[in-house]
Amino acid sequence: MKKLLPLLIFAFSAPAAAQTSAAPTSTLPPAASATPPTGDQDTGGLTGSVSDTSAWRDLGIAIPGFATDRDIPTPANANGTAALGRELARVVYNDLQNNGLFKPTGPDRLPQPLISQITAPNWPDWTSRSAEMLVEGYVKEGADGQLTVGCYLYDVQLKKELVRSGWVVQPAEWRRAAHKCSDLVYARLSGESPFFDSRIAYIAETGPKDHRVKRLAIMDSDGANHRFITTGQATALTPRYSPDYRELLYLSYLDGNPRIYVYNIGTGKQRLVTQSKNPTFAPRWSPDGRWILYSMAIAGNTDIYRVSAQGGPSVRLTNTPGINIGGSYSPDGSKIVFESDRSGSQQVYVMNADGSNQRRISFFGGRAATPEWSPRGDQIAFTYIAGDFRIAVMTPSGGDLRLLTNGWQDEAPTWAPNGRIVQFFRTEKNTGHTSLWQVDLTGRNLRRLKTPVDASDPSWGPILP
Amino acid sequence: MNRKIVLAMLVTSSLGLAGCKTTAPEQLPPAQSSVAPTAPSAQPSQPIGPQPGSQEHFVQAINGQNVIYFDTDKYDIDSSDAAALQMQAQYLVRYPNISVTVEGHCDERGTRDYNLALGERRATAAKNYLVSLGIAASRISTVSYGKERPVALGSNPEAWAKNRRAVTVVIS
Repeated sequence: MKKLLPLLIFAFSAPAAAQTSAAPTSTLPPAASATPPTGDQDTGGLTGSVSDTSAWRDLGIAIPGFATDRDIPTPANANGTAALGRELARVVYNDLQNNGLFKPTGPDRLPQPLISQITAPNWPDWTSRSAEMLVEGYVKEGADGQLTVGCYLYDVQLKKELVRSGWVVQPAEWRRAAHKCSDLVYARLSGESPFFDSRIAYIAETGPKDHRVKRLAIMDSDGANHRFITTGQATALTPRYSPDYRELLYLSYLDGNPRIYVYNIGTGKQRLVTQSKNPTFAPRWSPDGRWILYSMAIAGNTDIYRVSAQGGPSVRLTNTPGINIGGSYSPDGSKIVFESDRSGSQQVYVMNADGSNQRRISFFGGRAATPEWSPRGDQIAFTYIAGDFRIAVMTPSGGDLRLLTNGWQDEAPTWAPNGRIVQFFRTEKNTGHTSLWQVDLTGRNLRRLKTPVDASDPSWGPILP
Repeated sequence: MNRKIVLAMLVTSSLGLAGCKTTAPEQLPPAQSSVAPTAPSAQPSQPIGPQPGSQEHFVQAINGQNVIYFDTDKYDIDSSDAAALQMQAQYLVRYPNISVTVEGHCDERGTRDYNLALGERRATAAKNYLVSLGIAASRISTVSYGKERPVALGSNPEAWAKNRRAVTVVIS
């Protein structure tokens, strides 16, 4: 079973390794984290962010097929490395297109560059098009079977390289190289942090409304590499990826009662988050992966507890009558935003990480539930309940309430790794069908994620290590 | 309320069932120290009715009052809930070897985590009421299903009212 998921145990080689395997032509890009060697030190990107209407959104970007030095067989594509190069470009194109980022044109509508043109674009091919930006890349298969993928971003008008990078990946991981390229382009042009090279855990749903089968499932941020983790015999709910992607917290009725388990993806083994006969709900990780929050009901009263990710004794953080549940750490781990009905209805509260200084921050009509602190720290996403259920954001002090969606029942936001997109699930009235959606902070770019079956309880992990 | 009423109900329900199709429990009930004075055991040729210790027997004996309902976002026991729980308690007094689980449920118009906690609260409220009537807490377990197991499938106030419930189930 564990061998079904090589993605989490592969060795994503350090970029330094790419240089050792570089061709004599030294076309291999430098380390992703290194300064580009081409003199362009402007790392500020264009102005703006996802939360406004900056001009970069309308940038036309041409993404022709990635070139290859030799068209040879590869486990990554049945038709060889040349076909793989076109697939790499398609993944980049779909990443940008599906997220409403830029105005990309994909490889199926563009000429195919030669390998020699990747570092020296044939400008007449591109200046005649409406594209202001050009993404070129290559893929090479090394003697060890590993793939080296390079990615270059050019300003067509200036005829100038803006950024480049490269990665060595196992053939099975080829899509990650494409997502890294998408992240490189997005980060350079928007000035935001990357988010494509990440994964999502969620609950796959099948069956009629009164006999739903709910399975834990995982997939890449674009829905690829989908895998079911549990069989569906026991109802599974509310998964959360550990920051290192090695473990999943989730709720299961495995023993007939709702219990939080810590599931190790590599070994397939799991353990209870706490040895207690009381029901446990709403598991969460600390940003550094050292702590787990869970909520536990004792005699009908639910409070939030913290336990080391290694196990051991739990510490109760809330202590008021009613339901205190959930919890999401601030990025620096110093504070926790959580939900409580101590005032009579679900509202959002903030406390210090040790449970001290608990104070309500949501003061507006309606209820506020499932708060999630942005990885950037500047926003808290939550479920706003006033008649219908909608996804909303506010500042950590409870100000600037903004509604991002307008569904009948939109619920359970989870942040993209860069804190610029919110994912959630939507339930249809009457049928009970569920689906995953995401929206940017403008609320304008709303889209549904494709999943094999109905889907709920999404949890977006950080950028892959 | 007294034991005579319960006994009369038991007899009535047993007679009523004699003409029905066989609905024997899948498993034999646990041995009882106090056996209900029902007729079927004396007439082995007849279809066997629900036995003490089975959910069917429990539901029939208390006239279907094994479910109580709650208002939106509430978990308090109102007068009709109390009446149903009193019937449940009388049954449990009569059959002291029977244990039950109280299942707490919510309607779909709540967030998932909160509904799990609210369902537990509702189940616990029902349990606490049974305990207040003299039933040992050790005989009553609780489990919350949140909004995971609706019985009414529409998305309207009538369906939601049916789903906001606590169901008492005999542990077999």
